[in-house]
Amino acid sequence: MKPSPFVHHAPRSVDEAVAVLAEVGHDGKVLAGGQSLIPILNMRLAAPAHLVDINRVSGLGDVEVTQDAVRIGALVRHAQLERHEGAHAALPLLRQALVNVAHPVIRNRGTTVGSIAHADPSGEMPAVLALLDGHVEVASARGTRQIASADFFLGPLESSLAEDEMAVGASFRRLPAGTGTAFQESARRHGDYALAGVAAAVTAVDGVVTGVRLSFVSVTPTPDVLDLTEAFTGRAVRDVDWSEAAEPARQHVDPDADIHATVAYRQMLVGVLTTRALAAATAAVTGDLTDTDAAPRAGAARKA
Amino acid sequence: MTDSTTTVSEQTTEITLRVNGVNRTASAPARRLLSDFLRHDLRLTGTHVGCEHGVCGACTVLVDGQPMRACLMFAVTAQDHEITTVEGLAPDAEQMSPVQQAFTECHGLQCGFCTPGFLTTITAYLQEHPDPTQEEARECISGNLCRCTGYQNIVKSVLRAAEITKEREATS
Repeated sequence: MKPSPFVHHAPRSVDEAVAVLAEVGHDGKVLAGGQSLIPILNMRLAAPAHLVDINRVSGLGDVEVTQDAVRIGALVRHAQLERHEGAHAALPLLRQALVNVAHPVIRNRGTTVGSIAHADPSGEMPAVLALLDGHVEVASARGTRQIASADFFLGPLESSLAEDEMAVGASFRRLPAGTGTAFQESARRHGDYALAGVAAAVTAVDGVVTGVRLSFVSVTPTPDVLDLTEAFTGRAVRDVDWSEAAEPARQHVDPDADIHATVAYRQMLVGVLTTRALAAATAAVTGDLTDTDAAPRAGAARKA
Repeated sequence: MTDSTTTVSEQTTEITLRVNGVNRTASAPARRLLSDFLRHDLRLTGTHVGCEHGVCGACTVLVDGQPMRACLMFAVTAQDHEITTVEGLAPDAEQMSPVQQAFTECHGLQCGFCTPGFLTTITAYLQEHPDPTQEEARECISGNLCRCTGYQNIVKSVLRAAEITKEREATS
């Protein structure tokens, strides 16, 4: 279980990094935290001839909270974002989801942008980027561009990054005032890949629902958004029976069966997790729960 | 394992790591995992290698004080950091660290293969959470696999290590 030989590049700037990528093209792979890439290399599922190790690149390690968004550089580790109080205050969903990303030790090294670029439908943070209508910042020798989350994920483990491009950051859009969020997933053991997971956002103005959005982990080929606003808008947020959302959620997802769970079981989970996540998001917006209470390991939503 | 078994000639570079407070240099190819560099090139065999894809936690070392998987880092990348292995946990040759002491007292190991990863992980955890509950102790070790103990005694060891740390602080 050792990687194939490769040429190691250790650029000091984004310009140097993309210059290498432009030269080596398809033979090059960007290494940031490596918590997904290095297992793949160790198992020789991939054998790139060149690794562009961006860990020494300056200027990629910051979390910035602006009026509109939380923006992270490509070297921000999951643990760093999870602990960032400003990011948590601006977008509680980030921490709600991040505590489910693998184990704490993996989060110490793995990067959030890397996890997004990896485009694994079992990853929590691609689903969060989708729900928050975020974008990925991309650089290449040809210039820079932004790719909206809806255009970024093409399929399982497939993003719209070109072979000479690298993701240099990601931006999560902040939610309108009066929005509560929650993240729920079910895994065989805490820290394992989820059998199914749901990120939810409920917006209410003066106690009346104005927005309901969901995205999913491990049960859709790409992390797309299910917008149920139309079905629930105008209803008193405290009175909604969120189990009504279970069926449309089950219809939306397209899970695969594997050794861990059947399709039917995963669909059942989606219904249950959707109901719980929407109830927890509602509790967060109505103030019945604090953010910490709405955290995923609280299990079923509880009334305060 | 050693250079003599390498059949293909591969370009190597000098890699200098700061391990347990000492700069150590060896020549290795870029693909050398930190876990293998520690064990094979620096002969620090306290760090154990189990699954080599980040699942088992046996190879966990401290990188600038944070636990990370040595099998999921390349030695070349680790050069910028301060590495602490299980060999560096004890304060001196006479005394074990609080976590090591707790493992001996509570029978927190049987075969010992997974132990280095537990010791490093728990050491870092207790620095941030000096007074863990039983549930937090379980959460702390959730990323490490042990096939012998059934974890009960490891959970006890986490709690005991917190006590020992406090006892030592009180007497020093």
